[in-house]
Amino acid sequence: MTAAGEKTVVRPYGDTTGDGMVQVSFTLPVPLDKRAEGAAVQLANKMGLDPAMLVHARQMGDGFTFFVVYGRVNHLVDLSAVQVVERDFPLLSAKEVNAVVKRRLRRKLSVVGACIGTDAHTVGIDAILNVKGIAGEKGLEYYRELTVTNLGAQVSVPELVEAARRERADAVLVSQVVTQRDAHLHNTREMSAAFREAMPAGRRPLLIVGGPRFDETMAGELGVDRIFGRGTTPGEVASYLVHALITEKKAGA
Amino acid sequence: MTGKLGLDPVLVARARELARRAGQPVVDLARSHTTVSVERAVLRLAGVTGADPDGIPWVNRLVDAVVADVGLGHGVAVPVFDALAREELGDVTLLAQKAAAGSVRFGQPTGRAATAARRAARKAVAAGVRQIDRRRAERDRLVKRYGDPEQRPWIYLIVATGDIYEDIPQAQAAARAGADVIAVIRSTGQSLLDYVPEGATREGFAGTYATQENFRLMRAALDVSSKELGRYVRLTNYASGLCMPEMATLAGLERLDMMLNDSMYGILFRDINPIRTFVDQRFSRQVHARAGIIINTGEDNYLTTADAVDEAHTVTVSQLLNEYFAHEAGLADWQLGLGHAFEINPDLPESFRLELAHALLARELFPDAPLKWMPPTKHMTGDVFRGNLLDGFFNLVGAMTGQGILLVGMMTEAVVTPWLSDRDIALQNVRYVLGAAGGLHEDFVPASGGFIQQRAHRVLGEAVELLDRIGEQSLLTAIAEGTFGIMKRPADRGKGLDGVARHEADYYNPATEILEGDRA
Repeated sequence: MTAAGEKTVVRPYGDTTGDGMVQVSFTLPVPLDKRAEGAAVQLANKMGLDPAMLVHARQMGDGFTFFVVYGRVNHLVDLSAVQVVERDFPLLSAKEVNAVVKRRLRRKLSVVGACIGTDAHTVGIDAILNVKGIAGEKGLEYYRELTVTNLGAQVSVPELVEAARRERADAVLVSQVVTQRDAHLHNTREMSAAFREAMPAGRRPLLIVGGPRFDETMAGELGVDRIFGRGTTPGEVASYLVHALITEKKAGA
Repeated sequence: MTGKLGLDPVLVARARELARRAGQPVVDLARSHTTVSVERAVLRLAGVTGADPDGIPWVNRLVDAVVADVGLGHGVAVPVFDALAREELGDVTLLAQKAAAGSVRFGQPTGRAATAARRAARKAVAAGVRQIDRRRAERDRLVKRYGDPEQRPWIYLIVATGDIYEDIPQAQAAARAGADVIAVIRSTGQSLLDYVPEGATREGFAGTYATQENFRLMRAALDVSSKELGRYVRLTNYASGLCMPEMATLAGLERLDMMLNDSMYGILFRDINPIRTFVDQRFSRQVHARAGIIINTGEDNYLTTADAVDEAHTVTVSQLLNEYFAHEAGLADWQLGLGHAFEINPDLPESFRLELAHALLARELFPDAPLKWMPPTKHMTGDVFRGNLLDGFFNLVGAMTGQGILLVGMMTEAVVTPWLSDRDIALQNVRYVLGAAGGLHEDFVPASGGFIQQRAHRVLGEAVELLDRIGEQSLLTAIAEGTFGIMKRPADRGKGLDGVARHEADYYNPATEILEGDRA
């Protein structure tokens, strides 16, 4: 983004290149006094903010104080050492997705979606599947060549496997929002294990999980084909389905 | 009733009439069916308490035993009290324990035995209803002593740690920081449990289990806070899911003050069978009416899945239906916390004016109801700075349109369960807006024929059209076809259907008899 396109080492930017300025806020379990302010600065120093400027302190209730601190960090960020999952498939429009499915698959592509475990937050799966979609982009139900079965919330893993079998699912989409006690990770592992047990490798649907708190690099570890993080749009999911199931034809095919 | 929007009183009356027409068949359905949870609520009123060593409540064990012997359609009151007399037991919980062990057989008596069993059942249930009455009188006394909040809207805050003993200090801190109403969010998944857990609980997922003991502990703690703060702090929980009638009953017995209790939420968002929901719904509302509990309906939820502009009229339709079902069950207007929400995409031009129009429409349609105004969630992105601004605008709409109950929005919505500091910042936001513009509703009158009036008229018009269509095909069909919040929910599907039975000719429910009979 900066003028120096080749630069691989960067620092946080306040208002001058290389100033390293960051802003943090936190609460300490102490009442507000001089010592509390000193404690906040000490924490900021230990976090690498030096000098640290305490700009706001406000007591909450009896024994807590909220702080806002600005300061300079010395850390460098090496862009060449950053590891992320880059989109490794072309982004297609709904029309293009339909065309590829129709021409190459020559039948409807079946997608089964659910929130599994006790998770009742269907916001994610609905955003991807419902016609309504998200951010002005229509959901997968809108794609003429996709058959979508949205099982909704709190679906058990056996129910999901059964539905996938019944609907001859090409892909199974699972959304997990609740992360307390790592429920999203446990549920995902349980789900992928159940599919491995229930179906031979070649017959298994493509397994996809999504949710705001997933680490997109953990797909292999969780036994799924793909993880989608926050901000994923239906178009990205549809494009990936076409890529993985038709144009690349790898897992599950 | 022209008010600030110049609504056509004839059209408003027609909307109500259409809501009645759409709701009437559902009420008929509710009056001719019972559910396992309704029957368990009856047993709770009759004094059955506690759970077996596996944590399954005795009311569940007893209802299951009766159903196995005589089915559900007669109601459990008569078979239970008939068996109680035959076994010469003085205590229904003891009978439940014996029944669970398999040493009691149930029958459906006739003649004098039936009359005696009815009389005994009614006497026992009446004692439970009297307890609810005492709780209501107690609330009235405490409100008189400590007073209501000084301002409207009442400030509603959520706690949800999973551990009741962590919730209590958090709730007390929230009350001290300005909350007038404390809601303890339930553990994720509790709505689909077909029993109410027992005892004080310290483990929950994204919330705390609703149990009678947790209700009691929290209410007692907030009574201490009320005394300390000199204002009565209200407590809220959820009468929703598969145990709705029991939740309402326990709330009445433990003096909860508000309950989330929507007529269609369970159907649409939890895939609970529609008939089960409507039957449970009616009983729970009758209990709430008796207990003086304010219900909060869940229209905000529709807007989290459907578009808040395109589908604004479905909120109005649902409010009208909720109002009809509530009145039918005996609730008064002051008990109707009809829901709506600030969920229009902030990137949409004029989004704030649209929000004002929708909020004012609800205010004018239901002038005597303490509307529950819900904060933005769908368009909270994790950008906490923008989120705080959005919450400020939400608070402003609340102040400008005279909302009754304001759920405090968190800028960390969709990021984390609120931190102490999130709550403090959110409350500062509310206090600033109410302090700076709390009386603005007195001055705010939208221009005649202007954008806000036109928008409100249009939404009301669309609501009437939709109600008209529902009337022709019945509410159950509308729900099956996905009219509300996009979800399609047919009447022969969904969770909890196996716990529904049509009344037999000799169906008897002493609780319904008392709750309906004592009404004006």
